[in-house]
Order: sequence, then C-alpha cells, then structure tokens
Amino acid sequence: MLDGQSIPSAVLAADCVNKSFGSVPVLFSVSIDIRVGEVHALIGENGAGKSTLMKILSGFHTPTSGRVLLDGVPTTLPGNGEAEKLGVILIHQELNLAEQMTVEENVFLGREMTRNGVLDQEGMRAVVKGYLDDIGLGIRPTDRISDLSIAEKQMVEIVKAISRNARVLIMDEPTAVLTEAETALFFKQVERLKSSGVAIVFVSHKLGEVKEIADRVTVLRDGQWIATNEIEDLTPDAMAQLMVGRELSDLFPPVHEADVDAPLALEVRGLSSMDVRKISFSLREGEVLGFFGLIGSGRTAVFEAICGLADRTAGNVQLFGAAFDPKSVAESRDKGIVYLTKDRKEKGLLLGQKMRPNLTLFALPKFAKRFGLDKAAEQTALERAVRRFDIRSRDPDVLVGDMSGGNQQKLLLAKVMECDPKVVVIDEPTRGIDVGTKQQIYHFIAALAAEGVSVVMISSEMPEVIGISHRVVVMRNGEIAGILTGDDINESEIVRYAAGLKRVTEND
Amino acid sequence: MRQKNQSRLSGIDLKAAGPAIALILLCIIGYMLNPAFISEGNLTNLLTRSAFIGIIAVGATFVITAGGIDLSVGSMAAVISGLMIILMNNAVNTMGAGVATVLLGCGCAIVLGLGAGLVNGLLTTKGKIEAFIVTLGTMGIFRSLVTYFADGGTLSLDFEIRGTYRPVYYDSVMGLPIPVWVFIFVAIAGWLLLNRTAFGRYCTAIGSNEAVAKYSAIKVDRVKTLTYVIQGLCVSLATIIYVPRLGSASSSTGVLWELEAIAAVIIGGTVLKGGYGRIGGTIIGALILTTIGNILNFTDMISNYLNGTMQGLIIIVAVWLQRAEFGRKGTKSE
Repeated sequence: MLDGQSIPSAVLAADCVNKSFGSVPVLFSVSIDIRVGEVHALIGENGAGKSTLMKILSGFHTPTSGRVLLDGVPTTLPGNGEAEKLGVILIHQELNLAEQMTVEENVFLGREMTRNGVLDQEGMRAVVKGYLDDIGLGIRPTDRISDLSIAEKQMVEIVKAISRNARVLIMDEPTAVLTEAETALFFKQVERLKSSGVAIVFVSHKLGEVKEIADRVTVLRDGQWIATNEIEDLTPDAMAQLMVGRELSDLFPPVHEADVDAPLALEVRGLSSMDVRKISFSLREGEVLGFFGLIGSGRTAVFEAICGLADRTAGNVQLFGAAFDPKSVAESRDKGIVYLTKDRKEKGLLLGQKMRPNLTLFALPKFAKRFGLDKAAEQTALERAVRRFDIRSRDPDVLVGDMSGGNQQKLLLAKVMECDPKVVVIDEPTRGIDVGTKQQIYHFIAALAAEGVSVVMISSEMPEVIGISHRVVVMRNGEIAGILTGDDINESEIVRYAAGLKRVTEND
Repeated sequence: MRQKNQSRLSGIDLKAAGPAIALILLCIIGYMLNPAFISEGNLTNLLTRSAFIGIIAVGATFVITAGGIDLSVGSMAAVISGLMIILMNNAVNTMGAGVATVLLGCGCAIVLGLGAGLVNGLLTTKGKIEAFIVTLGTMGIFRSLVTYFADGGTLSLDFEIRGTYRPVYYDSVMGLPIPVWVFIFVAIAGWLLLNRTAFGRYCTAIGSNEAVAKYSAIKVDRVKTLTYVIQGLCVSLATIIYVPRLGSASSSTGVLWELEAIAAVIIGGTVLKGGYGRIGGTIIGALILTTIGNILNFTDMISNYLNGTMQGLIIIVAVWLQRAEFGRKGTKSE
C-alpha cells in the first residue's frame, strides 16, 4: 500500500526487471511505470527488448529478476493470457482471432454468456453491437473474421479488450499495417479509451504517430532503459536519436539523377487483371520507381500479374524489349525480374527453418550440381549475404522465426538478390523495422540502382517514396491515378492523386 | 553462447535418435523373451517383412513432408497385384511362363503405380481437392476394382509363372533376401532425393509454407504431384516383391497398409502436417512396427491378436513424445 501511495497513479509498473533466455540476456534492469489514463509509447530498434518487456508486463514471460507491480503491489502475473482477468490485456501483432468464427463469437470466446445452460446469443449480440456502434464501424456482430480487413480485425481486438474491462491495454505495433485513414480511426478509439481511464502502452516504429498520440515515451536500446520523457520534450528526430544512440546521418541516400536516355527495362501497356485495370507505365534501367497508394489500391496486384503470380486479362508487357508473359515465378526469375513480397512471415520466409535453406530457396537451381545440392556453395553464399546485407544473428543456426523483423527483412532481400535480378520489385521494404535498418535498406536500394538494376518500390510510407524514388506512380482503386516526376514528387501532390482529387491519363 | 549451441545440437540428436533407441530396446526385449529372436533366420524374416511397408513408407515420407497424405496406397497395392496377375496369366498363352512374362508383369505394375500416383497428384493440385478426400476416394475405387476383377474371390497366379517369379521373394543375394535389397535401394535413393537434391528441399519448403514456396519460384503443383507419383512408384515396387510371396490377390490384399505406412513415417519423426521429413526415421519406424508383431509371435505373454493394440500404443507414444519436444520449444520462443 505504501508503494501505491508513493506513485499514486501507476496502475502497472516494472521495477528493475531483468530477463534472460537461456544464457542470453535481453533485458537489463528495466523500469517503467504505466499511469492511469495515459498513452505510453515504447520505442526502440528491433531487438531492443520491447516485445520482451511487453510480454513481461502482460504476464506471458516471467522476469528473471525484478518485480512487476499491479496497483503498486508486487504481483506475479499469471501466464498464458490469464492476466486478462486482472485487466491487463496484450494485443499481439499477429492478431489472435479465430478466423472462421464471427465477431460476436470471438469477443465472447472463452466466457460466453449463457442462459439456462444454453448460449445466450441474443444477449451477446446486443452487447457486441453496442460496442461496435460506439466505434462507428460498419462491422456486424455476425460478420466472419476472415471477411474483415486488417484494420477491422484490429478494432474487433479492441472491442474484445473493452468487453473484458481492460485497465491496461498493451499493443504491439497496432498501426504497422493500417492505412492513414484507418490509423486516424484507430487513434480516435485510443483517445476514447484513454478518457475512460484505460492505460495504453503501444509499440510503434512510426515516430510521427508517437508524437501525435502518446503522452509519454519510453526508449529502449539493446535491452537497456534509455529514457522516459513527456512527449512535449521530444521531437521525432530526438526520439530517433535516443533509439539509435548516435547522430542519425541522412536517412535517405542522395538520389542520383536518373538517366532519361537509359534503355527501357520494363514497359507495361494496358495491363488488366482481376484487381487492376489498364495499367501502363515504364521503367528504365537504373531507375527507382516508387509505387504509392492506399492499402488495397492494387499496387501489389499489378506486379503479381506481371511476375506470373496472377492471371492477366488484357495488356502486354515488354521486358528488355521482348514480350514477357511468364507462366510461373520461375520463368520470371530466369528472365531477370523478381518480386519481393511484403508479407515476409506468410509468403517470404520459412520461419521454422534456418537461414541457409531460406537464403538459397529462391535461386536453388543455381546450387544444384548433377544430382545433388552444393552445400559448400550454399554456405559461401550465406556468408557473403550476411556480410553484404549486415544480417545479425546471435548464432548461425538460429531459426528464422526467432530473428528480429529487421534481420528477417534483410534475409528476404538477400534471398531474392541471390539470383542476380535485373528488375527488382520490393513491396513495403521497411514495414515493421527500425530506423537504423530502414536506412541500410534505403542505401542498398540506391546502390542497386547505381549499378544499373531497375527497382520498383511499393510503399505506403510517403517519406520513403519521396526520399528515394526517381519517379512515383500513384494508384487508386486499381488504376493509375498519376505518374509524378521531379518537383511534383511532394506530399501534397501525391495525396491529391491518391485521394482521387486529381488524376491524369499518361500519354507518352 | 557455445553452451546454448551445444544443448540445441544434443537436443536434436536425441530427438532424431529416439526411434532408433526404441528399436534397440524392442530388440533387447525380444531377445530376453526368446533368444531365438536374434537368430539369423528370424532377423532375415523380420527384414523381409518390413520391406513392403518400408518401401511404401519411403514414398509416404515425400507426400507427408510436402504437406499431403495418401490413404490409397493399400488399395493401390491390391489393384496393382490383381491386374499384374491377370496380365501375366493371359500372357502365358502367347509368351510362355518365362522371365519375359514376369518382366511384362513388373513393367505393368510400375506403369500402373506411376499412373495411379499421377491421378492422385493431379486431382489434388489441379483439381484443388484436399488430398485426404482425393485419396479416400481412390482408396475406395481401387479396393472395389480389385474385388470386381477377382469376382469377389481370389486371383491366383498361374502355377508355372509362380515358379519363375518365386525367387524374387524367396531367394537371397549375398546373404540378404531380394526384398531386403530392394528396400535398401529404395531407402538410399529416397534419402538422397529428400536430403541432397533441390526436389527434396522443395518438398520441405512446400510442407512448411506453401505461399512462401510459391513466391520462391517453386512450381508447387508440379512438386506436389511428383510426390504422389513417387508414392505410386514405391507402391508398385512393393507390389512386385509382394506378389511372388503368396501368388494371389484378393479384396483383402494390402488392407490397412496405408495406416501402417503413415504410422511408420510418423514414428520416424516426420511431422504429419508437413515441412519436416526423415527417411531414416521412416525406415526405423517400419522396422519397429514389424518387430512388434514378430515379438508377439515369439512369446505367449501377450496374445498375438493384440498386435494392433501394441502398434497403436507405440504410435501414440511416439507422437506424444514428439509433441512434448515441440511444446517445450514453442513456449520458449514465445
């Protein structure tokens, strides 16, 4: 009780918490206090220990030493999500919903309302409907989770938390996959929760958002507590500096002037598929072409149709002057164009395997000799890739699923670069990775372009599109809204095209 | 850091060695119950009997590693036996009862096996039907076909051809029966294919995550279809060495072989949902299953009729041990 009075408003706190996995320490004497009705941002580079700290605060991990205090009382939080009963709720980055069940069933999963021994479906539906109406989304309690967008699923998670009388809501990168509009909607909910006295902890790599929504910020670096500050005292730049621990030189490398006379690498005319219509654009050798648009605007679908991952319904594509209509991804690869997925966990990497089989999987024919695989060559390739892409892992036999997001992304890059492509399509190259790794990836893209490789970068992050592209294609509703060059590549112009306020038809 | 490395290594070794340790324990038990267990005659007999299930299980390892399942193998073996016998019996009149007829029968078996595997594979991949459903369907079809061909009874191989064909099962080369040699050959070829070639790597990748495989320029449909074709080939090889044993086929030929083959694969440490396959484990799994039956034959302590019970218990315990391993790893990484 005494403790409770000395920090009256801390609903949840960690006091000098250490955590080791086996003999590997990941948190060193970290303290944090979460106050009633505050939004507390937790920032740090990948591998700084944010996830571990969140899991300790929500009872999924027990600290090796140190205390967790709930309402000022030292507590051992029950594991496996049991802490939810105490009002401490963690929303995982990979949302934890039963895909084939309805919204209502998910919200009440494990504590269904019953009447006379049977499910009280009407009662539950009414409760869930009340919450959903509050949020103001067009979701019905009877909708199946698998039919919802990611943002909507996130809202369902929040409804689930509210319905469990959350006192502390801990969220791992809630905005990573949300569009700007969805993020705004999400922040509205955060504000509402906050005003009702819920404490919110969230991890984000988007420092602009942190500045916008957080009250206080805690910075971790290499498992150590670095600072906890009021948001008024910090600028996004200052936060980045605290995270990295050094002056951040320019995030973006200098953009070399594009050679407008370079031969065309890729030319697309009137391409249509299930999800996109009449796509025409061209890409020169050594050019970085940004593809901007809201999530669902068809950017990925364009390149899936080009690279043989989806069927085309019309249009023609020329790759280095020759007609290009691959029947398989293998054919695309052999002709020099590769697509690097944005979904590194579901489509990019085999999480249960080590680095080597992942690295060589895409270019595996290259490693085949007579009947077998040349494991020595694979090993050499891995060592080269680790150096070239600065992939850091505690031990070389680590499973890819246990690596940090940034290192996974570098491995994924290395994997597609293993077949020496001439045209690289990178989808969301920096999703969910820290600022230091982002910088490395930007420099890498620029270096590729300087070597004459053509790069398409699909991105939802405006700064990076502006920062490293020679030209920017803006998509909207499955069509190209505009193609911007030179000084036109700026935020307000891009937004106008993306939002449909302005559109031109390309005619070159 | 080094310590962590070592513990992980020894952990994997222990897990991989599990089935082998179980087999050795079984052999010791067998010896204690009846010293005749390790007589040369018994061991040869044991190996020969393991060959059928073992060869089929090598094929099943590919299917399962790539995330599929094939329930039709037992019925497939039966229908191939039946058609082989019919073909050879009819060929006697024109070709005589010599080696040529037997070779014709074997060739026919291989073509049928490859064809049946191809049908299973194409229905699964191009037809986009779950492997469980497809092979459940073909299992029924094959089984009823053999019953139909045998007119509800038994198809017997012509007596003269039986004389020519018999050595394939009963003769030995360098001290080992021919079926054992075939088993060894299939095992080595399977091991090389799964562990040393791009194809093996592709099977593992598809079983781990089909989307990743697709985005990694792997021709998923082709590789998956090929696993069923390999399975079909293994079934036909097993059938070729099985037919001379009894010289007949009926509706009860190969009953429950599919379950024994799948059990051998799983006991050996291959993960049922795909992504991790072990040929060596599969072979040990097949040996374990046969050894249990053999030991029960040797002793009066447990009724021979309880063979299935013992096999069932072993399967459940083996998978339970695997789960315990995985469960621990899972919580650690969380």
